Amino acid sequence: MILDQKHALQQKLFREFAETEFTKELQDELDETGEFNWDIHKKMAKYGFMGVKIPAEYGGGGADSLTYCLMVEELARQDAVLSIYANTSNSLGGGPIMLAGTKEQKAEFLPPVARGEKIMVFGLTEPGAGSDAGGTNTTAVADGDDFILNGRKCFISGAPMADWIVVFAKTDLSAKGSRGISMFIVDMDSEGVSLGAPEKKMGINGYPTCDVVFEDVRVPKERLLGPLHKGFQYAMKTLDGGRLGVAAMSTGVAQSALDEAVKYSKERKQFGRKIADFQGVSFMLAEMAADVEAARQLVWHAAMLKDAGDPEASKACSIAKFFAAEAANRCAYKAVQIHGGYGYIREYKVERIYRDARIMSIFEGTSQIQEVVISSALLK
Amino acid sequence: MKILVTVKQVPDTSGKVAVKADGTLDRASMQTIINPDDLNAIEAALSLKDEYGYKVVAFTMGPPPAAGMLRELMAMGVDETVLISAREFGGSDTYATSQIIAAAIDTYGVDDEDIIIAGRQAIDGDTAQVGPQIAEKLHLPQVTYAGQIVKDGNTLTINRMLEDGYMVVKVQTPCMITCIKELNTPRYMTVKGTEECWDMPLKVMDYEALKDHELIDATTIGLKGSPTNIYKSFTPPQKGVGMMLEGSGKETTDELVGILTSKHII
Repeated sequence: MILDQKHALQQKLFREFAETEFTKELQDELDETGEFNWDIHKKMAKYGFMGVKIPAEYGGGGADSLTYCLMVEELARQDAVLSIYANTSNSLGGGPIMLAGTKEQKAEFLPPVARGEKIMVFGLTEPGAGSDAGGTNTTAVADGDDFILNGRKCFISGAPMADWIVVFAKTDLSAKGSRGISMFIVDMDSEGVSLGAPEKKMGINGYPTCDVVFEDVRVPKERLLGPLHKGFQYAMKTLDGGRLGVAAMSTGVAQSALDEAVKYSKERKQFGRKIADFQGVSFMLAEMAADVEAARQLVWHAAMLKDAGDPEASKACSIAKFFAAEAANRCAYKAVQIHGGYGYIREYKVERIYRDARIMSIFEGTSQIQEVVISSALLK
Repeated sequence: MKILVTVKQVPDTSGKVAVKADGTLDRASMQTIINPDDLNAIEAALSLKDEYGYKVVAFTMGPPPAAGMLRELMAMGVDETVLISAREFGGSDTYATSQIIAAAIDTYGVDDEDIIIAGRQAIDGDTAQVGPQIAEKLHLPQVTYAGQIVKDGNTLTINRMLEDGYMVVKVQTPCMITCIKELNTPRYMTVKGTEECWDMPLKVMDYEALKDHELIDATTIGLKGSPTNIYKSFTPPQKGVGMMLEGSGKETTDELVGILTSKHII
């Protein structure tokens, strides 16, 4: 697929921004401290990155999924964690509101999220409910005009900075599996909401992740998002979009591994020649380039199917996520291999790329879950 | 109340430069970028727009693909763009170019409170002549090398940067300013801008549109009307590989002095 003029211009915007603003100093600081950087968040917000996919009437860019994928890829090509900064509001954070929100909810929550003034995060995973999201134990029991929420969500990306969290909780306690689950928009400063300590992660440091605990939290009924007891299907739809974002992110990570490997193999000399002159190295570069290009085309294709409302879109998103995440890991492995001992040293970017790549085949549905989705679509 | 900005699409000089048989640049075969100083001119205009509500209009002269650059400028916040494009204008030197752009600006209309801003110079020709010549042809005051622009009513106070200091110049609008890169840091496009710029006004001024203007005369435009004759254009041969002397001690300096002496440089 060849990009049209509009998307090519948008790709240029995201590339120029990331190449200029995501300095080595910033990337190192995020990786070393693990702390959220508000300055770069605000700068990305100023140019409309937080609201790329949010409709223009709610203060967003009103762009399509392809634009969103181009953004996430170009940002991740410089730094995976910074692509997450702009990804959340368009994906897991803003996604459920865009999918299931009433007009009033959209008008209340989307504009501040699009402007980057407020952060909304997604609370699905629990200690006992990972790939099996149907195993949700968090409960929401009706009580007058409120629901009372109890439970614990884990690995919640962005929770320490969040203003709101979309929580999935069991509302029909008699229903089994994925039935009887509802979505709620919960203020993070409500009484009874508390945070665990930020997790010490292998990679994507700089976007803190922690547990969120709900103890008798009162949530007004107007904060129910989507129909009662039918939240699970929205979780799955949100994750479809999320998968596409992670597929684009993985493509960016794979591309950055290739960029570093090409650069290094032209500089590094052994046996009196550039290591790129050896086929053992140059063939690895060729394999990486093929992986990157294939991943990119799968992502773009899935994005177009998704916007067209094609019934194959969900499968295509899973195929793109599965392939791109695995490709990112293959490319990161080879990039470190080409760097030899230097690739194992923090000073070289591939060391971080290797750690960042690892999450791609885990979060928003592991590679194995993607295989379940793909094969289920084939076998139904 | 408007700011008219003149911009130029130039070859990306980080790529290879191609030259046609008549000595002019073969622009079609080269990657193009927006002339860097012109982005500073755009940023100056957009900052003034943010503060005072000017309408910003960008003008460029070039072949039809230059429209892509104009869309990009509108994605940054420019309100309207004008593409001056005709076969008759091709091959113009700075004299002929400024004649045509001045005619286009005059046709568009310049009011009392308007400002015209240009970049100091383009990276392809490096002449810094077009901005000042436009001002002369429009009989407007001009301030070049602006490093700071402060507005107070219809008076602009401009720091005109010189090699060893700066000159503070007060000028009444309408006027022409050329700016240097130290003036500001250009902004990026916005996502919203990249969505909306395709439906924003891009006006084409061709030969028909300008031919009756007093500045336009078939003998003073295009390659034939250009007093500059390019004798030869070429890419200079690459310099030979340099020699690196490592170390900071006396031996290294002695070695350096020895080499320079042997080549009769010192």
